[in-house]
Amino acid sequence: MLTFIIRRVLILPIILFGVTLLIFGMTCLINPYQRLSIYVTNPAALKGGPEAMQRLIHKYGLDRPVWDQYYSWLVKVLHGNLGRSESARMPVTEALGKFLPATVELVFYSAWPVVLLGIWLGYISATHQDSPIDHVTRLMAITGWALPIFVLGLVLLMIFYGVLGWFPPGRLSLWARQYVQSSAWHTYTGLYTFDAILNGNGRILLDALRHLVLPVITLSYASWALILRIMRSSMLETLRQDYVTTARAKGLVESIVLKKHARRNALIPVATISGLMIFTMLGGVVLTETIFDIHGMGRFAAQAAIQIDIPTIMGFALFFGLIMVFANLLVDISYGFLDPRVRLE
Amino acid sequence: MKRFLKSRMLKKLLANPLSLIGIVLIIFFTAIAVGAPWLAKPVYGNHYIIPRDGFTSTPNPPSAEHLFGTTQGQYDIYYGIIWGTRTAFRVGLIVVAFIVLIGVLIGSISGFYGGVIDEVMMRVTDIFLTFPFLVAAMVLVVVLGKSLNHVMIAMIVFGWMGYARVIRGDILSIKENDYVSAARAVGASDVRIIFRHVLPNAIYPIFVMATMDIGAMVLTAAGLSFLGLGSPVGYADWGQMISFARNWILGTHGNALQYWYTVIYPGMAIVLFVLGWNLVGDAFRDILDPRMRGSR
Repeated sequence: MLTFIIRRVLILPIILFGVTLLIFGMTCLINPYQRLSIYVTNPAALKGGPEAMQRLIHKYGLDRPVWDQYYSWLVKVLHGNLGRSESARMPVTEALGKFLPATVELVFYSAWPVVLLGIWLGYISATHQDSPIDHVTRLMAITGWALPIFVLGLVLLMIFYGVLGWFPPGRLSLWARQYVQSSAWHTYTGLYTFDAILNGNGRILLDALRHLVLPVITLSYASWALILRIMRSSMLETLRQDYVTTARAKGLVESIVLKKHARRNALIPVATISGLMIFTMLGGVVLTETIFDIHGMGRFAAQAAIQIDIPTIMGFALFFGLIMVFANLLVDISYGFLDPRVRLE
Repeated sequence: MKRFLKSRMLKKLLANPLSLIGIVLIIFFTAIAVGAPWLAKPVYGNHYIIPRDGFTSTPNPPSAEHLFGTTQGQYDIYYGIIWGTRTAFRVGLIVVAFIVLIGVLIGSISGFYGGVIDEVMMRVTDIFLTFPFLVAAMVLVVVLGKSLNHVMIAMIVFGWMGYARVIRGDILSIKENDYVSAARAVGASDVRIIFRHVLPNAIYPIFVMATMDIGAMVLTAAGLSFLGLGSPVGYADWGQMISFARNWILGTHGNALQYWYTVIYPGMAIVLFVLGWNLVGDAFRDILDPRMRGSR
């Protein structure tokens, strides 16, 4: 197991190197004038017309060979300088830090119920194959995969905010926002639900949760549909294995056969997919936050994209890339724990 | 033999109610795409430009003149959906054709030759897989500039990895088979072995993935259009039509659902289109996957 982990960790620098190379490669597709904005953190420096720009291009070496540029860019990034975000009017690193908590909160509440619900429904669906329950869950799973986040989100808003007025968009109501900005409130994590508990403020907690309901459903629907499908087919496959037949043949109670012998093994592929689910979710965050007006990284990136704010979008890509690299590593390692065969691969 | 398999497959496809719905949906949308010039008479030289009836921002409800109503800016929703079907097919088919091609090429080379080539190519694949698809495509579109073609290019650049991995895995196992050694023994070239003996045996999972991906690609393209990164304003594109609806989900006081048609019609078009491909893809998988054979 240890060699397996070491091997995975040793690949890490190569992957990180590749990720930075890919992002840098993308920035090379734009002209030096636009690229300048990734380097300059102080907007005043950009004033002074084409000559000043030329000087800056020379200063940051944007007229030098590509590998030279890559090296200096990498050094800059390693120092935490990602340029200045025009759409947020602050350095990109600072903006990412500011918008991170909202996204973390959204993903946190979307992730774990999805896994539990998806596994449970997939299990039910497989053990009742071809029954009405199976058909309904399968249909839900397939529509879940076909239902775009932006359509689901808008329809949910239309019904639960427009008609019923239960779940408004945003992160907090106006009064709560004012309270959160007052001195009576201590910010610990930036996640309003967590902070509300730490502050001992039940009203803020309820308000924050109320605002989370729709975005969480919107973001997680596609993912639990996926997990349900994987769980169902994995369970069906496991149920056809010889050891399940053996367990049945020796007279074990059916529920023990299903739960102890089949379900445990069926969970292995689900574990990998649960890790991959983070991909789907982090992608979906962009759309979900845009629709529900949650000031997180996704909405920030979407706005930067529309305004062609190159430094922001590149900083965002780099940040997401890093998160994914480490998430992948964790998934790989946990998979190694779950399934001994992986370690020998 | 081939015909037999086809007919048996068709029979199975038609026997399952879910896949039957899928087939009907795909035929339905194909008919709309083909019949677009008759179903919605083009007004401009570029048929994909949605005609406008005035410039008022408030959407107008369905009427005899505008079957599905108009969006903000008075774009005709019916026209947009009909011609948007062509856009959807174009995006889905072109993107999937390219990602399958690239993925199969990289996967086969990687799997067949192994060693250093394999290692390098798979690490490159890993690196491309690092970014969530929508995010990666979004970043590349921003760099390339907003347009539908750039959206397609971006999706191709970040879409091939799944195919490469699947094909590689299959080839690794197929290449150990006796018939491949036999082919090599009689002096068949690498290219011939890959195309005649290895690929045909590895192609089924690719086929299933591609069917599903047509829907998925249309979904992502619509998402990017929704964010305002796709086609220019007024182009027949489902994602963009839904982005038009964003400001109108609340309606007026006392009539909260007043502008329902701005979301529901384009939304239905996307959902049904993607659903069709998913249902058929799902059925293909159940039929083609030998482990699933005989399970029903």
